[in-house]
Amino acid sequence: MSSSTTQSTYQPKTSVGKITNYVDSRVGGSGIVKEFGRKIFPDHWTFMFGEVALYSFVILLLSGTFLTFFYDPSMAETTYDGSYIPLRGVEMSEAYATSLNISFDIRGGLFMRQVHHWSALLFVAAVSVHMLRVFFTGAFRRPRELNWVVGGVLLILAMAAGFTGYSLPDDLLSGNGLRIIDGVIKAVPVVGTYISFFLFGGEFPGTVIIPRLYVLHILLIPAVILLLIAIHLFMVVTHKHTQFPGPGRTNDNVVGFPVGPVYAAKAGGFFFIVFGIIAAISAAFTINPIWNYGPYDPSPVSAGTQPDWYIGWVDGALRLMPGWVAGIPLEWNIAMPWGVNTLSLNVLIPALVPAGIVFGLMFAWPWIESWLTKDKREHHLLDRPRNAPFRTAVGVSGVVFYCIMWAAASSDLIATHFFVSLNDVTYWLRVLFFVGPVIGFMVAQRIALALQRKDREIALHGRETGRIVRLPHGEFIEVHEPLDEYKRYNLVNYESHGVLPAEADVNGHVTRTEKARGRLSRFFFEDRVAPVTPAELEAAHSHAHHDEIAEQHDKAAISK
Amino acid sequence: MADHSHGSPESTGVVARPGQGDVQKFQNPGLPPHRPRLADRDPRAEKRAERQVAILFLVSIIGTVLFFVGYFLIPLDETIATLRLQNLTLGLGTAFAMLGIGVGIVHWAKTLMPDHEVSEDRHEIRTEADRADAEKIINDIVEETGIKRRPLIRNTLLGAMILAPLPAVFIFRDLGPLPGDALRHTYWDSGTRLARDPSGTPIRASDVTIGSAFHVIPEGLSDSEHYLEEKAKAVVLLMRLNPESLNPSPGREDWGYEGIVAYSKICTHVGCPVALYEQQTHHLLCPCHQSTFDLTQECKVIFGPAVRPLPQLPISVDDEGYLIATSDFQQPVGPSFWERG
Repeated sequence: MSSSTTQSTYQPKTSVGKITNYVDSRVGGSGIVKEFGRKIFPDHWTFMFGEVALYSFVILLLSGTFLTFFYDPSMAETTYDGSYIPLRGVEMSEAYATSLNISFDIRGGLFMRQVHHWSALLFVAAVSVHMLRVFFTGAFRRPRELNWVVGGVLLILAMAAGFTGYSLPDDLLSGNGLRIIDGVIKAVPVVGTYISFFLFGGEFPGTVIIPRLYVLHILLIPAVILLLIAIHLFMVVTHKHTQFPGPGRTNDNVVGFPVGPVYAAKAGGFFFIVFGIIAAISAAFTINPIWNYGPYDPSPVSAGTQPDWYIGWVDGALRLMPGWVAGIPLEWNIAMPWGVNTLSLNVLIPALVPAGIVFGLMFAWPWIESWLTKDKREHHLLDRPRNAPFRTAVGVSGVVFYCIMWAAASSDLIATHFFVSLNDVTYWLRVLFFVGPVIGFMVAQRIALALQRKDREIALHGRETGRIVRLPHGEFIEVHEPLDEYKRYNLVNYESHGVLPAEADVNGHVTRTEKARGRLSRFFFEDRVAPVTPAELEAAHSHAHHDEIAEQHDKAAISK
Repeated sequence: MADHSHGSPESTGVVARPGQGDVQKFQNPGLPPHRPRLADRDPRAEKRAERQVAILFLVSIIGTVLFFVGYFLIPLDETIATLRLQNLTLGLGTAFAMLGIGVGIVHWAKTLMPDHEVSEDRHEIRTEADRADAEKIINDIVEETGIKRRPLIRNTLLGAMILAPLPAVFIFRDLGPLPGDALRHTYWDSGTRLARDPSGTPIRASDVTIGSAFHVIPEGLSDSEHYLEEKAKAVVLLMRLNPESLNPSPGREDWGYEGIVAYSKICTHVGCPVALYEQQTHHLLCPCHQSTFDLTQECKVIFGPAVRPLPQLPISVDDEGYLIATSDFQQPVGPSFWERG
């Protein structure tokens, strides 16, 4: 931007102006202001979830840095002599002792620990909800497929950051969590035992796992998260934000508020709101009271233990998997030339298959959908979820699948809370694991179609006013108030994918995958509701009778 | 009826035919007319909004003061009540300080800053001209390196690049020792006394009444160099049942003593301590994933994700009446691993 050969003759008058000009003429800030100062961002409340995620990550960095000044990631044995009387004289690791000190002896330490833990829970939640928003509105479509993948990796990293941090206080609860991880790793064929010994520096629990997790938690994972956030936001700027369809909004424009002042003020103010809400929660609600659990000891465990919420679904899958199915064990001893090896399918299947399905479908979905619909165009207008019933149904099906496993992680608490048999809860959840996603798919698809029909009805006949009028000849009618053109446009402006039967390729050959695509297309798009056309609206206004329109329409279709 | 369906609530079925959506579309009516807000029209409302924003910023200042009140005026003594009070004060102070600023700015933006929506054009993400230029530049760069014309350089570089990262992988070899047979042995040995966890005092057979259960570690464990690692494998549950309810398989009749039996406490699923003993049903339940083991059937799995029964520790009684192990576990304890066999 700046040219060193031609010196500007601009002379600032105020002292602020002089400083600004000094910096600007050396770094080229004017160009940045020109480019971004009035850039347009569309506004919608659902666009805030990504912001919540970003802001809670910033709060995590701030509160986490504070904690590192007082926490010692050492598994060396020490005897506690801090302020918390019930644990005085107890042997424990430095990691646990310093975590207790942060809670009891550092002013504001407990508050910072709670801020850190609550914002971690919120971070993963915000990332998840943000991804659900992107999925259900179709924001992942071209050109944003790669940013969807970056987002998916960020979700996995958020969970990894959470889990590595969860273990750091070295308390009884998180120690049992690590032990479960160790058990799962040992089930990995061929290399599992070696990975376990390398990770723990020998036998579980060893003396190195906490410092190693600490390095991952405070250096490696946050660094990669920061890098990916930078890539994520860079792509958001490149693509410009999507917007919901509506009057004045097209696939070729962005309608919204300029960054300065409105958008910057709203987004900047929102950071303080997120911080304030996390602070209020941390003030009033205890999270992870490690002093109640005691130091890690391989022998005790408390009933009703739960991981942090985002690990729950994997833990739930571990609980749901039966060890024996119809008298057949799911752990096999396989005779090899060099001896007998053990394959623990009862651990491997629940640890890998559900996560594989969820993440596999999640990452691949943009390409699955465009393959299915043959829609390779750029999309900058979002879908209302009801206007893409097939996608909404798939998404709800996935959410149900996830939530069944999530519920399974609390199977013991459900049983004790509602006074039902623990075994029955598990049996029911096992059935729901398979049936739930199917029901979720069907119900969501039907609700979406029904909402589309309701939209059609309102677009064609107007809003029900509730006013009943009696006509001179005795008939009662309800007065419908027609919509204005802006409201109507919201209801009629969408695309409805139809069935695309299998087509022959250039050689006139219909491939097997193309046939499969045709069948899937029929399955997904057979039932659909098309948007109201101007002709239909015209007909609805001139004749009040529906069948006539349909007949006319049929004739029109035949004559074409 | 199906022919007449059009998607309205009183009829079901398919509405559209292929291509119908493209036939006709409603004209985009453009942005709706801007509706002025109260503060745009009424100077008093504008003044009111201004005052509200200022009050919110004052709330923030009060919040910061509240934080300092909590920080300096609430001394941390040894009761948890003052800690709770301080946490609440610091938290609410921070919350007000942040929310005051945040809500104030957002309120300012929503009531007083312009709320005209503006439209901006999107641009092609990549123009064809740029693509062509970039392709030419890349081709020139590749051409100038001459890598295509000099396969010797290319292939040796490829070989070097594949090999060079290998040390970076192998240097991690010393992260941990090789497993060896560490998972096959525990601290138990023939003659090791059974002791209470965590006190380490040995248990007499006469201490174990019918229906009781003991959490057990091997005597002398606390002298072990690797206390936690040994304990993670050696913990045992000791229970006494009516001898008739036990059904030992051939060869294991003498692994218990007068109805006293000892089983590994480490779940064969993924290694949680199987800590819950249901005295009435003689079931052992793992609280982590609910694997349930039946004590009367040598801890066979009767529910949950575990496959293998809990390993039994063969026990007997020494001359002084203390319970002792007669050997180590006969199989590895805890979760399965590939080499277990």
